Amino acid sequence: MQISNVDQDCNCNINRNVIVSKQELSPQVKFIEVCAPEIAQKAKPGQFVMLRLDEDGERFPLTLVNWDKRKGTISLIFQEVGVSTKKLGKLPVKNTISNVAGPLGNPSEIKSLGLVVIVCGGVGTAAAYPIAKGFKEAGNRVISIIGARSKDLLILEDEMREVSDELYISTDDGSKGHKGFVSEVLNQLIEKGYPINIVYAIGPPLMMKAASNVTKPHCIKTMVSLNPIMVDGMGMCGACRVTVGDQTKFACVDGPEFDASIVDFAELVKRLKIYPEEEKLAAQFHEKAGGN
Amino acid sequence: MKTVAHIDEKTAVLDHLHSIPVPKQDPKERIRNFDEVSLGYTEQQALREASRCLSCPNPQCVKGCPVGVQIPEFIKLLKGKNYDQAISIVKKQNRLPAICGRVCPQEEQCQKFCLLGKKGQPVSIGRLERFVADLERTRGVTVPSITAAPTGKKVAVIGAGPAGLTVAADLAVLGHKVTMFEALHKAGGVLVYGIPEFRLPKSIVQAEIEYVEKLGVELCTDALAGRLFTIKELFENGFDAVFIGTGAGLPKFMGVPGENLSGIYSSNEFLIRVNLMKSYRFPETDTPISVGKRVVVIGGGNVAMDSARTALRLGAESVSLVYRRSREEVPAREEEILNAEEEGVVFKFLTSPTRFVGNELGKVIGMEYISCNLGEPDQSGRRKPVPIEGSKAVMDVDTVIVAIGRTPNPIIQNTTEGLKTAADGTIITDDTTGKTSFVGVYAGGDIATGEATVISAMGAGKKAAQSIHEYLTVNSFKKLNKISGRC
Repeated sequence: MQISNVDQDCNCNINRNVIVSKQELSPQVKFIEVCAPEIAQKAKPGQFVMLRLDEDGERFPLTLVNWDKRKGTISLIFQEVGVSTKKLGKLPVKNTISNVAGPLGNPSEIKSLGLVVIVCGGVGTAAAYPIAKGFKEAGNRVISIIGARSKDLLILEDEMREVSDELYISTDDGSKGHKGFVSEVLNQLIEKGYPINIVYAIGPPLMMKAASNVTKPHCIKTMVSLNPIMVDGMGMCGACRVTVGDQTKFACVDGPEFDASIVDFAELVKRLKIYPEEEKLAAQFHEKAGGN
Repeated sequence: MKTVAHIDEKTAVLDHLHSIPVPKQDPKERIRNFDEVSLGYTEQQALREASRCLSCPNPQCVKGCPVGVQIPEFIKLLKGKNYDQAISIVKKQNRLPAICGRVCPQEEQCQKFCLLGKKGQPVSIGRLERFVADLERTRGVTVPSITAAPTGKKVAVIGAGPAGLTVAADLAVLGHKVTMFEALHKAGGVLVYGIPEFRLPKSIVQAEIEYVEKLGVELCTDALAGRLFTIKELFENGFDAVFIGTGAGLPKFMGVPGENLSGIYSSNEFLIRVNLMKSYRFPETDTPISVGKRVVVIGGGNVAMDSARTALRLGAESVSLVYRRSREEVPAREEEILNAEEEGVVFKFLTSPTRFVGNELGKVIGMEYISCNLGEPDQSGRRKPVPIEGSKAVMDVDTVIVAIGRTPNPIIQNTTEGLKTAADGTIITDDTTGKTSFVGVYAGGDIATGEATVISAMGAGKKAAQSIHEYLTVNSFKKLNKISGRC
C-alpha cells in the first residue's frame, strides 16, 4: 500500500477532519488519511493525536504514522478492538471525524547516533514507522525487525524496508521470516556483535518487555512508546499514569516514550484491563443498536 | 425536574437576623439524579431576602468581592423589582453572574463582611445574584451592540475557562478581535469538565459561552497551545497580545504504595469522565466509568465534595470522605459539606491513607490508613496532622478517588522561551496587571496563582483585560503576517 494515497488536492483547509482515503491493511487493521493541515505542519515522530468521533464518543489516542505538510493530511493506522476503533473503521471516506487534537506528547529524540534498531510488533509497526524514517533521515544506520502473529497480519513491510538498511521479519507461526518473536531476532543481532547504539521497541506491552529483557544485560539503551488508557491526553486526568523507576509519570505529557529498563510493564498491562466488563457491555449495546 | 421544596415555613420567619432558606431538592430524591440541588429563590423569597439588606452607606460587602460588584446597589434595585437594572449593575463587574451566584464561596467573600453577619446571618448575596441572573436568562439575554470602534488589534486567549472567557468578553467589548484557543473539544474549562451538573447546570455555562461568542469572540477548540502552536508563533501570525488562562493542570497523588492500582481515579479523571464525557449515560455514550459499592474519596476541598456526591449519584452504596485534618480545617464550602452530609457521605476525619491493597488483577480492594492527631500549625497555618503510632487499620474499598489538588500543566512553560515560572510551576505574573516576563503575554487564574476559585480567576481576567487594553492602545504594532486560517 501507499502510505499517502490522495494525489489530487483534497482542499484540507475546507475539509477539516474529513477522511480522504482509507484502506484495509490486514483483517481488522485499517489505514486512514485525514485532513488536518495544522497538525500536519507540526507533527513529529513519536507524537499522537486524540480523536473523538461524535457527540457521544470517547476520546482516544492514535499514533501519527505519517503526515503531508503540502497536502495538509495526517495518516493513522488502527486495529479495530473496541467500540471506538470499530466505529472509526466503519466511517467511510468523505466523512468527518468530530474532533482531532494534536500533535500531542513529546517527539522522539531523533539525532545521529550510529546504529539504531527498531523492533515492532502488530499495529505497533505503524507507530514505529515515522521513528525509523526519522532516524534514517538523520543519517543513522537503521535495522528494523517487524513481527506479527502470521504473515497476513504484517503491516507496512514495504514502507519499513524503504527506511531501513536491513529489515527482518518474524511471525509467531513461521509463515514468513523467523518463526517466533521479534525479541529473538533482536537477540541474534546482539549475539552477532552488531554495535547497536539504541533500540526502539514498539508494540504490545509484553513484546516491549521481552525486547527490554534482551537488551538489558548488554546495557543497550532501549526506548519504548507506551499506550495506556487516556481520557484528555493533555495532562489533566492522570489515567495514563505509569511507574517509571520509582516515579509515577503521565504518558501524555512526560512521554509517551520512556526508558524501557525502568518501566513497570506488569502494572501497565493491568491498567490496560481496567474496564473488561464495560467493554463487553458496550460491544453488546452497539451490536444491538447498530445491527452489526 | 422533580422538585421537593425543602423549607420549613414556620422557621422561615422574616426577621433581620435570619436569612430566607433556599429551596433544595430532597436529599433522598436528588442522589438519584444529576439535576441541580439548589432550586434558587422564587421572586417572593428573593424580595424578602433583599429586604433584609441594610443598604449601608459604606458597604463592607463590596470590599469582600474579588471583582467589586456594587452589591447594595443591585439589591436596592431588586427590592424595587427593577430586575433588568439590577442585573446590569451586577454585570458591570461580573460577566458570569449565574455561575458565580452558584459556585462563589460567598461566605468567605462578600457575605463575610455583611454587617448583619455580626449578630445573625448575613444577607444571602449569592442567592440574590443567582436570582437576577437566572431571571434574565429565562427572559432572553440581550447582547449589547459593541459601540467601541474596532482597534484592529488581535488577542489570543489560551484556555476557555472562567479567566479566559472573562478576558475575551472584556476585550471584545473594547473593540479588539479575540480568538480563544481551547485544548479540549468543548469550551468552559473547569465549569464544564470539573463542576458537576447538580451544582452548576451545563446549560448555564453554554449560555455564557454563546454570549461571549455573540460579542464576536472566535472559539477554536482542539487547539493545544505549546503543541499545535507556540506563543512565539502567535505573535508571528499577527496576534498583538496573548492571555494564558490554562487552569489547574495535572492531578496530584499521595505517593503511597499501590496508588496506581485500577479502581483508583484522580478526581480530575473521575469528574472529566462524568461531566465532560457523560459516562453516567454509558453505554449510550462511549466513555466508561467504574464505580463500586464502597467508594472512598480522599481530600477535603470542593472537588472532593463534588467527587463524593457524584459517586453517590452513580449508584455507590457507601461513600466515605477521608481527610487527614479535622472538620475545622476542611477547605470546602460549608454549604457543600452540609449538602454532602445530607446526602449520606460519611466523613472520616483525622485519617491518612498509607497504602492500597490490590487483588491478583491489580484492582484495588483495600485501603490501609492511620489515624492522626493535630499538632503544631504548618507553613499553611493549619495544624499539621500527626500520625498516631499503632493506629493502622484497613478498610474494604472498591473505588478510590484522590482529590488532593493539582499542579500546573507544564506544556506552555516548556515550549515558551523567556516565560518565567515559579518553583511550583505556576507562571510568574504581576499581581495587579497579570503581566508575565514575556512582553505582550499575560496570565491569570490557577495557572498563575495555583488552585483557587472561579471568581478569583475571573477577577484576574478582568485585571489582565484592562492591562492588555492599555498595552494595545499605547503600543502600535504593524501586523506583518496574516493569520493562516485554522478557524
